[in-house]
Amino acid sequence: MTAPFLSLRDVFAAYGPAEVLFDLSFDLAEGEIAALMGRNGMGKTTTIRSICRLQRLTHGAIHLDGHDITRLDAHEAARLGLGLVPEGRRCFAPLTVEENLVVAARPGHWDLARVTDLFPRLGERLGQRAGSLSGGEQQMLAIGRALMTNPRLLLLDEATEGLAPLIRQEIWAAIEAVARGGGLTTLVVDKSLAELRGLASRAIVLEKGRKVFDGAMGDLTTDLCERYLGV
Amino acid sequence: MIRERYLNLALLAALLAVPVLAQVQGAPFTITLATKIAIFALAAVGLNLALGLGGLVSFGHAAFFGVGGYVIGILASHARNYEPFLTWPVEVAGTTQMLVLWPLAVLVAALVAAAIGALSLRTSGIFFIMITLAFAQMLYYFAVSWPTYGGEDGLPFYLRGDFPGLNTMDPISFFGLCYALLLVALWLFHRLHRARFGLALEGARQNPERVQALGIRPFQVRLLAFILSGAITGLAGALYADLNRFVSPAMLGWQTSGELIVLIILGGVGRLCGPVAGAGLFFLLEHWLGGLSEFWQFWFGLILLCVVLFARGGLIGALAKDQTHD
Repeated sequence: MTAPFLSLRDVFAAYGPAEVLFDLSFDLAEGEIAALMGRNGMGKTTTIRSICRLQRLTHGAIHLDGHDITRLDAHEAARLGLGLVPEGRRCFAPLTVEENLVVAARPGHWDLARVTDLFPRLGERLGQRAGSLSGGEQQMLAIGRALMTNPRLLLLDEATEGLAPLIRQEIWAAIEAVARGGGLTTLVVDKSLAELRGLASRAIVLEKGRKVFDGAMGDLTTDLCERYLGV
Repeated sequence: MIRERYLNLALLAALLAVPVLAQVQGAPFTITLATKIAIFALAAVGLNLALGLGGLVSFGHAAFFGVGGYVIGILASHARNYEPFLTWPVEVAGTTQMLVLWPLAVLVAALVAAAIGALSLRTSGIFFIMITLAFAQMLYYFAVSWPTYGGEDGLPFYLRGDFPGLNTMDPISFFGLCYALLLVALWLFHRLHRARFGLALEGARQNPERVQALGIRPFQVRLLAFILSGAITGLAGALYADLNRFVSPAMLGWQTSGELIVLIILGGVGRLCGPVAGAGLFFLLEHWLGGLSEFWQFWFGLILLCVVLFARGGLIGALAKDQTHD
């Protein structure tokens, strides 16, 4: 059996006295696409932040491709191949689209030409300031910027939150092309159950900071969805 | 942007034209004033790198300005006295060669910036401002209590350094040197601004966590920017010492740090020629208002207040009709 690409073991995390994650463990195999699900405030973003080393663990360990990244700083973990698309788009507003894309580019498959092929709208707006883009375009830019670092694990936190349906479709199509088409290991957090079912082969469900389901997306029954996702 | 580019070219052309015309008309004071503007613009270009691009509000850049000045002053005075600067472990003589003194001033200022930056960049906001101020004041009081090099009275060294093929005591020649170095610093700022380093620095100013998640260490980027910034300001300090043929603890004082910040705010924070516009406006107003009233600082303060309130992009922003931070 091959070692998991990403491994979380007995992870606990807290914001000051408020504990958020409790004994969270799961693995991701290389090339696997998993959805991290749960209602608001259940610890999804904290899990993503913990993997990216933006959140200190109170206990536990995280390994990426055999490297113990538990004590690494966020920039060191990112250089090992973590690509984060953070919640709320968060582009560098005064920089142009091109500058946002090249600021942290690393050599590899994804370059400016490939990213603008994936998101032609960005190609049309390379010289425009990121702050003047629409919400959907900013989200495309956030995904493009993460891809330009040529990650080995892509983490998408609420990638389509607050976007118009047409734009959401465009972004989901791009995510699918990147994750499934490119064989990129992907952990995605989103509230759109239908899209997650279409993309991810596996579901991990969190409830009050604890893992309550970890299995094939097809095994996520209506009853579980109602109980833990409120849908 | 295009409007700002023309404005920048016009400013730099004016800064060159005024002393040339003054030379023709035999007005050395105007040349000295233009030289002072060029030197302080250079110092502010250094600070603009840290403050304008990196958002590092350093209230201690006088430290680098003064250190650059003292490197020139100390080595020049040793050269004039024919006393070695060091006798152990090797004998090091003083020098008056600008081509030796400038790199030394830059190097020493960069080393001081590295030491100050390594400690102060672990803090942010008001703490960063206070720590940089504290370091500069430490150096100020050290200079005041260092009698070997003049202490509170400062250190005169009578003649400017030597530059191959130029009479540096000729005001227009010395202006030419200062202007050329200002152009080099502006070119460097322009290149850095749009290079990945400058983009990362701006990114770190906006959101250090976001930059970290992209694999960039904000501390490292900021430290490098702070060192470059200190080095450029140190070079300006060296030129200022040469201009006056005198160096004193006042160059290290907090008023100098404040002046450099004022120049950038007046001209436009983060803008390429903001420091040039700021220095020009500051010294022309000082000269003009100083002739009208003994309390010129009061009127100057009012003008500064208007710029902060109504022209957030500084003079360049107002003239280029672009209030955004560039």
